[in-house]
Amino acid sequence: MSTPVLSLRDLVVEIPTRTGVLRPVNGVSFDIAAGEILGVVGESGAGKSMTGNAVIGLLDRPARIVSGEVRLLDQPIQSLRGEALRRLRGKRMGMIFQDPLTSLNPLLTIGDQLTETIREHLDVGQSEARERAIAALDEVGIPAARQRIGSYPHEFSGGMRQRVVIALALCAEPELVIADEPTTALDVSVQAQIIALLKRLCRDRGVAVMLVTHDMGVIAEAADRIAVMYAGGVVELGPVREVITRPFHPYTGGLMASTPGASKGMRRLRQIPGSMPRLDALPDGCPFHPRCERAEAACRENPGPSLAACDGRAACWFPLTEPKEAVS
Amino acid sequence: MAQNEIPRAPSRFARARNSDLYYSFTRTPVAIVSAAVVIVLVLAALLAPLIAPHNPFDPGTLNLMNGFTPPGEANAFTGDYFLLGTDDQGRDVFSTMLYGMRISLFVGFSAVMLAMVVGVVLGLLAGYLGGWVESTIMRIADIQLTFPAILVAMLIFGIAKGITPPAYRDQMAIWVLILAIGLSDWVQFARVVRGATLVEKNREYVQAARLVGRAKFSIMIRHILPNVLNPVLVIATISLALAIIAEATLSFLGVGAPPTRPSLGTLIRIGQEFMFSGEWWILLFPAGTLLALALSINLLGDWLRDALNPKLR
Amino acid sequence: MLAYIIRRVAQSLLVLLVTGFVAFSMFSFVGDPIDNMLGQERTQADIDRLRGQLGLDQPFVVQYYRFLEQAVQGNFGLSYRQGRPVSDILMERLPATLELAFVSGFLALAGGIGLGIFTAIRKRGVSANAIMTVSLIGVSLPTFLIGIVLIYVFSVEMGLLPSFGRGEVVRIGGWTTGFLTESGLKALILPAITLGLYQMTLIMRLVRTEMLEVLRMDYIRFARARGIRERSVNFRHALKNTLVPVITITGLQLGSIIAFAIITETVFQWPGVGLLFINAIQFVDIPVMAAYLMMISVMFVGINLIVDLLYFAIDPRLRVDRTAAGGH
Repeated sequence: MSTPVLSLRDLVVEIPTRTGVLRPVNGVSFDIAAGEILGVVGESGAGKSMTGNAVIGLLDRPARIVSGEVRLLDQPIQSLRGEALRRLRGKRMGMIFQDPLTSLNPLLTIGDQLTETIREHLDVGQSEARERAIAALDEVGIPAARQRIGSYPHEFSGGMRQRVVIALALCAEPELVIADEPTTALDVSVQAQIIALLKRLCRDRGVAVMLVTHDMGVIAEAADRIAVMYAGGVVELGPVREVITRPFHPYTGGLMASTPGASKGMRRLRQIPGSMPRLDALPDGCPFHPRCERAEAACRENPGPSLAACDGRAACWFPLTEPKEAVS
Repeated sequence: MAQNEIPRAPSRFARARNSDLYYSFTRTPVAIVSAAVVIVLVLAALLAPLIAPHNPFDPGTLNLMNGFTPPGEANAFTGDYFLLGTDDQGRDVFSTMLYGMRISLFVGFSAVMLAMVVGVVLGLLAGYLGGWVESTIMRIADIQLTFPAILVAMLIFGIAKGITPPAYRDQMAIWVLILAIGLSDWVQFARVVRGATLVEKNREYVQAARLVGRAKFSIMIRHILPNVLNPVLVIATISLALAIIAEATLSFLGVGAPPTRPSLGTLIRIGQEFMFSGEWWILLFPAGTLLALALSINLLGDWLRDALNPKLR
Repeated sequence: MLAYIIRRVAQSLLVLLVTGFVAFSMFSFVGDPIDNMLGQERTQADIDRLRGQLGLDQPFVVQYYRFLEQAVQGNFGLSYRQGRPVSDILMERLPATLELAFVSGFLALAGGIGLGIFTAIRKRGVSANAIMTVSLIGVSLPTFLIGIVLIYVFSVEMGLLPSFGRGEVVRIGGWTTGFLTESGLKALILPAITLGLYQMTLIMRLVRTEMLEVLRMDYIRFARARGIRERSVNFRHALKNTLVPVITITGLQLGSIIAFAIITETVFQWPGVGLLFINAIQFVDIPVMAAYLMMISVMFVGINLIVDLLYFAIDPRLRVDRTAAGGH
């Protein structure tokens, strides 16, 4: 298999606070290949957006990467700063934000924002950049792109704006796109269109996508593989069909059971008892053990195992594959 | 009866907030120092008759021979000693300053109280009654806001002075000042209170109170006033610094406290005349005091705004 | 948009009518003009005749209308103190004030916006923090004290610059200017700094706050994520958005420069309309007060209107939204 576009190894992000050091991202590892969509799911605060921000180098102070590796194709980029990092952004990795209403500059036309980005990264003149901008808008399905290129963001609907955002993220032809909750702020009817668009563009161009969302439905629809995050770590990683139909990690199991439509049949939705621990009050041992029905002494005493310990699928001492007395 | 039915939440809120405030206070050195300066100055002004070595308003104790005594030196003719020197008429600068600060603080406090009462009442009325009352009040506020407060104060001072018979002008000057500065500064209070009133007006409990035919207005006041306490307090503190500066400015310009009852601004006006001839102390001490007073109240106001309104941090 | 402008013009007219009413009331209620115009030896016949002449026997509304009619033609009668037409005195004094206000306004705007941007971009820098601390003192320092300090340092101690007056002026038509002589320019320096410094501090702090606010917006993050250069992010994306709210307050600030000129002119004995106004208050010279009030309201209203129109130039959203949004 060829080199993955994005490769994370034991990424750790820390936030020093007055009361102690928090670790919103604690040893995350995964790869994304060209043309592949990796869905990253988890509750809010699980560290999924923070991971995305760390990759593209947009962590808000005082959060910072303290160890681990972020590799873009062959190049380690975790320690890049300033100008070197800026050249990568947009050109080799793009980012799509959650809210299309706020992620476009209201005072610049969408054409201005597109051509600016294109000219920043590609060696083209103004008129060539404009043609490319029109082509980019066309590609994301903005009707009459040539006429609308001079429009301001407020003249578009939410769904159309998100298309513009996608065009902006992809216009300099990056190899990696990080989409942070790209559909959360949209109407349900528009969500499917945006997901389909994202999927089509990535397939066509062979772009690697890190799709961050808390919406299992979106993942099931779009992703090839799935990474489930809990309290700063990846607890399960695998092909999306397998993980959904046969989760290994009890947390993933709970997540599926509590998601309508993700699990087959008309079973009652179940809840995972309790809530995710706060970063400043992580329990000893496996962070999930206080909420886990299968937890035993080992879980309280030892941190969760690495993914590798369980066929590279789940970070759990007692994965759901192992027969255990029936879980009610 | 009705009072008992209302939960006693506000007082608990107040206590919780006070403790937060206290916590933030003890962790902000700037606030502690500013508060200390303000307290010392206010105490000095209040106790002026006890502290001041001379009574600058008693012509009997003045000796023109003592004029222009530099600070910390004995007078060449009389041998009298003055801590901060004397002015041209032999008045002790330290004493005139204490009494001047008294007037400055009195005018400042009274003007802010006036502005607060006028602003809160008009804001409540505007928010509660709506309709033409609201548009009239807010239009007046808009029009007044078009002009800087100091200009409005000057104008009110000028008009009030014109109405006052000449014989009473000096006597009335302090009250005219309070009126002028107070009326120039009510708009901010009114805006905040009106905003809060509009929000409260549509809350369920007010609607419910109306359904059962209870006096909506009095209930609203009980709920609105606690809600606007914080912003009003912040505005009042910052207004106090502004009012003291406004008073000093007007007096300095000769349209405020008269030389017979000088405030800090009047003293600076007097002192400025001697700047060129080398009697720097007549100017420096009142000016320094005014600056210390205004700066520490401003810093306190800044801290208070940050402490009470984390959103602005 | 047209409807909005019409409404704004109507509002401006309302402001002028109200200030006109205040000015008119000063004539009617503050001191009896008959007293002021007739000497000691007056008969009832004289009084009645003058009353008729002045229209004081007319109904209130008619008197008000007459006053406005006269005011529009710039006729405010004779100064009680100088016995000359108020409009002549004002026109004589106006150039001094306008030249002073122009120079300080320029100082305040250029310095305020420049320093505001600097302190916002370098918000953790040592020099930016030093500037912020100094500016807090600047806000607390009353204008007249700034003037006194400057006079003390540059006139009394160093003997470099004049402490009062306008220096030599050159007469060009009805205008007198201090820009063309050395002594005129030297005389301008201290008053201009005195008047501009306070406004500069305010504008600086305002620009800084707004800019910091804007720099936190999603579209700034998105621009960074697209690899837009820092310079372009700050000056193209952030500054333009900062300017929208800044323009209103700045416009009002520039208006208040004309009002604060009263203080500066008194400190430096600058022969402008502000000094005239202060003297008028001291001597209860009603016609001068009224004329000054009217003059300054025309200026303020004019500035406000220009500010409103500038909005449309900067913010494309207003061109459509405002008219539809109506009242609020």
